[in-house]
Amino acid sequence: MVTNEIGRATTHAGPPTRRHRAPVAPSGAERGRPAQRWPRRRRLAANAVTGWAFAGPGTLLVVGLSIFPAVWAFLISRTRWNGIAPPRDLGWSNYQRMADDPELWASVRHTFVLTALFVPSSILLGLVIAIALSQKIRLITFYRTCIFVPFVASAAATGILASYVFNPQFGSANELLRLVGLPPQLFLEDPKQVLVVICVIALWGEVGFTAVIYLAALQDIPKDLIEAATVDGANRLQVFRHVTLPELRPVTVFTAVWQTITALQLFDLVFTTTRGGPLNASQTVVYYVYELAFQTQRYGYGSAVAYGLFALTMVLTIAMILYSRRARVEAF
Amino acid sequence: MTVLVGRSADRVSSPLPDRPAARRRLLPFSPWHLLLMPLALLFVLPLVQMVLTSFMTAADINRFPPRLIPTKLSIAGYQSLLEQSQILRWLGNTVIVSAISIVGHLVLCSLAGYGFARLRFPGRTVGFFTLLATVMVPIQLLMIPTFVMFSRLGLVNTLAAAFVPWLTSAFGIFLMRQFFLSLPKELEEAATLDGCGAFGTFVRIVLPLAKPALATLAVFTLLGSWNDLVWPLIAISDERFYTLQVGLTTFQGTRRTQFELLMAGNVLATMPLIIGFVLAQRWFVASMTFTGLKR
Repeated sequence: MVTNEIGRATTHAGPPTRRHRAPVAPSGAERGRPAQRWPRRRRLAANAVTGWAFAGPGTLLVVGLSIFPAVWAFLISRTRWNGIAPPRDLGWSNYQRMADDPELWASVRHTFVLTALFVPSSILLGLVIAIALSQKIRLITFYRTCIFVPFVASAAATGILASYVFNPQFGSANELLRLVGLPPQLFLEDPKQVLVVICVIALWGEVGFTAVIYLAALQDIPKDLIEAATVDGANRLQVFRHVTLPELRPVTVFTAVWQTITALQLFDLVFTTTRGGPLNASQTVVYYVYELAFQTQRYGYGSAVAYGLFALTMVLTIAMILYSRRARVEAF
Repeated sequence: MTVLVGRSADRVSSPLPDRPAARRRLLPFSPWHLLLMPLALLFVLPLVQMVLTSFMTAADINRFPPRLIPTKLSIAGYQSLLEQSQILRWLGNTVIVSAISIVGHLVLCSLAGYGFARLRFPGRTVGFFTLLATVMVPIQLLMIPTFVMFSRLGLVNTLAAAFVPWLTSAFGIFLMRQFFLSLPKELEEAATLDGCGAFGTFVRIVLPLAKPALATLAVFTLLGSWNDLVWPLIAISDERFYTLQVGLTTFQGTRRTQFELLMAGNVLATMPLIIGFVLAQRWFVASMTFTGLKR
């Protein structure tokens, strides 16, 4: 492989550079194997040292902060451990316990509801906004700035701001309802509404990202495709339905997978708005893991639940990718 | 024939009734404004309200019906924020954490990205695929062991707990690798033939070409590390080492109803990034899409 690489380099470089190389390489140069000056093994070792000097630190740190703890989490998940006393081996019983933990299933349900609300609406809204933002009209830069700005705000700040806006007493959301003549709502304090409100807040912060992705994809659609359809007599709606939408499919798969993972792992917003309340109605799985581990110090069971969610995420992601493959969308 | 005529007359002065033209007669402006204007307000008004509320008096906030514009400007929110919390210290901590994270990302990701893009060495493929696999590991799996690891390394209640997870990332390495792959090889080959070593080539030839990718990486690291909540939240309980984000969340329990103070804290935590974004917007969105599509 190494000789190949160098051989290719010489052919690319052409005659003038070969003269440069001549003093370095002995007679073998003409046959495309210039680097025979060093024995093969030493050259390999030198390559390894250089290569890993470049790639090593970053790779090691990433692996040390992800694969290593993930494996460790698996070992922890088979024990009962509070972080201080020595861990006690439990085998698979933490996983068995998950089956009849009503609090866990409630948080799985909340997570599913959130995902089912969030993913389709963020895709739809993102697409509509992207189409609107791709029009060549006045004020378009202003609109783009406005819609994208919330994406820059942190989840902590967004959560605090949302708790203010949706405050039943002082909030402007209820004031807005009052102006249109609707009764005031409890929003984040009502167990029935809390997930919808959190979804709205998440959309406010995240939809800018989806819109930007779609905007870029819209601009990448070849103009001749649309022109050809127009020449063939298609009206705007038909062009959108039969040209634009199919061209956007790979991006849609990407966005769907991305936003599903975002929704399944929602933690920050829950933490900064409701901390799982009221009456645990907004407790998501990740928040449950956080509570198990850092409020009640149940590291073993917490890790098992984390692995459960991991498996669920994997299954959903793979299912979405397989589905898109079957529908012949090449997104991955 | 007719089709051809219609097309050549496109937009100029079409004799055929054109749809947009018909609509333009109904409204003095494009109908898209009817959708975009309310949406834009919906997205930006809460932030405007945040800024305005931070300058309100408590009496103004508690008034019924609630009002958007303060009757008089007051900096009481900021004053009590300074008196009752170590907000400036937290701001400093956040700046330090973000700065170290950005430097770490720029150095480690560009080095590793270049290694995987251009150098041949044993273990390269395995290393790269291991790196890609780490993207699938979700954060909830890492919280517990990372906390235990940090406490054994003595990183709990230090700023390092906030920046070590941000020193590098698989995403950053992948981004840089893709960028380096897109560069033409000839320049580097010329440098090598002129006697430049791998590191010399990297620093003198490749890095200067990589400025756009490095800027994108810096933007993403700034956004991520500045706004990060999880790592400092689980590993830092000493108030002196809070980042802004963790500090803000502690207000919620104790000062739930001091909205002027809460909003003042919010302004301090979000405005640096928002102002930066508005000033550098075009370029910011460009880098956003640059990475979004290559992810």
